[in-house]
Amino acid sequence: MVFFAASLLLIFIGLYAALVKRNLVKIIIGLSIMDTGVNMLIISLGFVKGRTAPIISLKELFKKGTLLVDVSKVVDPLPQALVLTAIVIGVAVTAMALSVVIRMYSVKKSIEIDDFKELKW
Amino acid sequence: MTNMLKIKEKQEPKRRRKMAELLQYFMLFLIVLMLALALFAVKTKDLLSAVIASGFISLVASIVYLYLQAPDVAMTEAAIGAGITTLIFVITVRKTKGKEK
Amino acid sequence: MRKIIAIIFLSIVGLYILSLFAQIPFGKPYKGVSEHYVEKGIEENRGSNLVTSIVVNYRGFDTLGEVTVLFLAATGLSFLLFSCKCVREFKRIKSSLVLRTATDTLFPLILVFGTYIFIHGHLTPGGGFQGGSVIASGVMLLFLAYRRFHVSHKVLSTLESLAGITFAAIGLLGLIYAKSFLANSVLPLGQWNKLLSAGVIPLIYIAVGFKVGAELSGLIADMISTTKED
Repeated sequence: MVFFAASLLLIFIGLYAALVKRNLVKIIIGLSIMDTGVNMLIISLGFVKGRTAPIISLKELFKKGTLLVDVSKVVDPLPQALVLTAIVIGVAVTAMALSVVIRMYSVKKSIEIDDFKELKW
Repeated sequence: MTNMLKIKEKQEPKRRRKMAELLQYFMLFLIVLMLALALFAVKTKDLLSAVIASGFISLVASIVYLYLQAPDVAMTEAAIGAGITTLIFVITVRKTKGKEK
Repeated sequence: MRKIIAIIFLSIVGLYILSLFAQIPFGKPYKGVSEHYVEKGIEENRGSNLVTSIVVNYRGFDTLGEVTVLFLAATGLSFLLFSCKCVREFKRIKSSLVLRTATDTLFPLILVFGTYIFIHGHLTPGGGFQGGSVIASGVMLLFLAYRRFHVSHKVLSTLESLAGITFAAIGLLGLIYAKSFLANSVLPLGQWNKLLSAGVIPLIYIAVGFKVGAELSGLIADMISTTKED
């Protein structure tokens, strides 16, 4: 329960930074903090108390005599597989966004969004 | 001699429960540290400090993932979040003369 | 004024979502697809790492999609920064003796460590993405320590393309020999907890490790590069 509340608080702090701040790099820092919060939320949904990690290298985790794993000893592995993908895609999107910021700086020599208002009436 | 061994065996579960409780308090401390760092990263005007704080958040999150029994994810978050993301942020801050007005 | 409206709005939405999440019990056992993945995972794949067998075998198509997204992001980044004059105004300073000596000692060890991680992906925690990022951080160390270091983009893009073609070719082999894309029974399954086991999973992860390592190194090289010929 503490983990859910902490992850949601991280997501909302990142969202606040993305909504209110005027500096472009601050906005992207807010997006990166939101990424970390969402990944932590997904993994804490798959945690079961008292069980161990999904790496099967001891013989005690099998059922007797067969190659079937005892389900009541292992944590849920599916959210971990999804979060693995999500972390890598997060860094790719952040890199792309930062290259746009560098390009915008080279045009106007400023990274406040108040200076980029040509599309407004 | 056998009496001393029996007393040590009886104290084993109590010690394990105390360790589990200490581990829970440590996780609580790490979570509070993470939230304090997030607030600092949003509030400060110096962009380099904000970037280092966001890298520190990734590192602490990697330790929390280890408590949640996810070693693959902890390794990925430590290598990518605290390494690659912080580096590309620092390169951008250097190229755009990072100060917030 | 804007800050106060944002805080009020976010706290209302946040309290509502928190009340929804408070009804989910934390730490209760799971049912459904994960039960099948955990129970039959070793019998069908013979690899000790269950997360690897999910990422490469059961959900292998999503991994192909993710590798494509990473490729698109790296291509878009190098396209945006290609003709920018900003990259030429960036001066690198001479690093200290401590950094150079430490890099000389550590870079081969980091390379070997990263290769070990993605070769043993089906036995220990790790795999292609983790090993690739460790290799990229080794290359990043070289960039920080030496002023005139540059990577040749031809070598990186050739390596990356060959690794991507290998991944798709293994999938097509599965289509030809076993009637489903990315099937695992093309190579013999072998014995649990040995290096040469688990079908095509080690081969796919080696290809992914090379690809991610080359891609992230190229991404860092694009952002740091100082002269026009890099």
